[in-house]
Amino acid sequence: MSHTTTEDRMLQLSSVGQHYGDHQVLHDITLTVPAGQLLCVVGPSGCGKSTLLRTIAGLLPVGEGTITIDGTPVTGVPDQLAVVFQDYGRSLFPWLTVRDNVALPLRRRGLGRTERRAEADRILDRVGLSGAARRHPWQLSGGMQQRVAIARALVCRPTLLLMDEPFGSLDAQTREDLEDLLLEVHRTEGTTIVFVTHDIDESVYVGDRVVVLSPGPGSKIVLDLSVRLPGERDQIVSRGLPEFVALRAEVGRAVRGQAM
Amino acid sequence: MSAAADARTSRTTIAAHYALLRWTVLVLAVGVWELAARAHGSVYFPPPGRIARHMHELWFSGPARHAFLTSAAVDDILPSLGRMTAGFALAAVAGIVLGIAVGRSRRAYALCNPVLQFARAVPPPALVPVFVVVFAFGTPMQIASIAFSAVWPVLINTAAGARNTDPLRLDVAAVLRLNTAERLWFLVLPSALPRIFAGLRLSLSLSLILMVFSELLPGTANGIGFTLTDAQTRSDLLTVWAALVLLGVLGYLLNTGLLAVEKRLIGRGKAI
Repeated sequence: MSHTTTEDRMLQLSSVGQHYGDHQVLHDITLTVPAGQLLCVVGPSGCGKSTLLRTIAGLLPVGEGTITIDGTPVTGVPDQLAVVFQDYGRSLFPWLTVRDNVALPLRRRGLGRTERRAEADRILDRVGLSGAARRHPWQLSGGMQQRVAIARALVCRPTLLLMDEPFGSLDAQTREDLEDLLLEVHRTEGTTIVFVTHDIDESVYVGDRVVVLSPGPGSKIVLDLSVRLPGERDQIVSRGLPEFVALRAEVGRAVRGQAM
Repeated sequence: MSAAADARTSRTTIAAHYALLRWTVLVLAVGVWELAARAHGSVYFPPPGRIARHMHELWFSGPARHAFLTSAAVDDILPSLGRMTAGFALAAVAGIVLGIAVGRSRRAYALCNPVLQFARAVPPPALVPVFVVVFAFGTPMQIASIAFSAVWPVLINTAAGARNTDPLRLDVAAVLRLNTAERLWFLVLPSALPRIFAGLRLSLSLSLILMVFSELLPGTANGIGFTLTDAQTRSDLLTVWAALVLLGVLGYLLNTGLLAVEKRLIGRGKAI
């Protein structure tokens, strides 16, 4: 890590702590995420994963320590950042069509209506939803709605994408399809991604690196692991690899708080 | 596909069934009224057939180029509708704008809520004498009475609706970096829309009540309320009944119109 240059550090957390009143949620989190990395944050429920993500997104003021994105300290919602929330049903605006939902963040870029629509259609095509542009979110399945949310997050070409248990409420098949879509987007766009999940398998399958938080209160990082799997990730092949099984066991032990 | 089509057909069948039932009840009620009034023969309770004929003569037997409206209709119904529309429109705009402002600020809501509840609790017609003093008799006083009475339900409901905007959606708006105007237009206003319409429906019926009430006062020379008192002083019971039926029909049509607008606007954002 010592050889990473400043430009490489997309996201830097230094001794970050967070508490609600007397309740310490996060304690002394120090973490450097180089540009282009897909980092998974795993931990038992209630360990403050979402709090960490909301703090990075500037939705909560930083309690202790500092967070910098691309060298700039986070004080509000940073530019060039996008977030995908778990609850797609609430995160999308039901009164707008799928296309208008996706085009919404483009308004501040000063694009005309036609350009915004064209751009929204392009990104919808990218996530496999070109046929659904004129429908409303509530007319789509859960998996399709989350694809809309991903399209809306990607439409402004963010350099940092935060995802808060994005596939947690989807069925297994849909979830695997979306994991592969995410990997494909990551490969082609090179976006830095912080992916929060409580699913150990998912973290190892999706991540370049997995960080495990201890159970709260005062969660801290208990494991920081590079994921090196041979070959391209494949739902069937990768999950059967001995490397995958070993990594999964290691993450699993850390999540359960057992010594290695 | 065919299951969905079947479901649609059965839904339409049920809807048609209920429409038929509703009309049957209405026709029966009017029929009973007609028979009872004829049997009794009282001059105070004319049968609905005579009321309808009288309404036709009074208001709807004009020339075709005036949409069959007589000059009496132009003199009575249009001024009333004009006052009511003006008052209701003022109340709606002011109520929605102020309601959003109050609802989006926790402090403003806490400070204003008792005052709003108090203002709402005052029976609106009781305020009319105050407006008579401020504006003297005439149309401005009538419009002000309508607007000031009808504004509270919209304001209170809009404020409650705006206050209950989903916090996750507010986070989304923050992350998408929507500016204040965009946040209000694309998030807060649509979120509050069902409550806004609940308020508007209450305000509409209040507007109708206040319209009639303000026209009952001296200083009015036209309008449905004026027709009502004028006919009453002349012991023209048939015209009194005609005015009452006209008010009922107007109230029904206006409410139906508002419901249609609501369905059109909220139907698109079904799962709110």
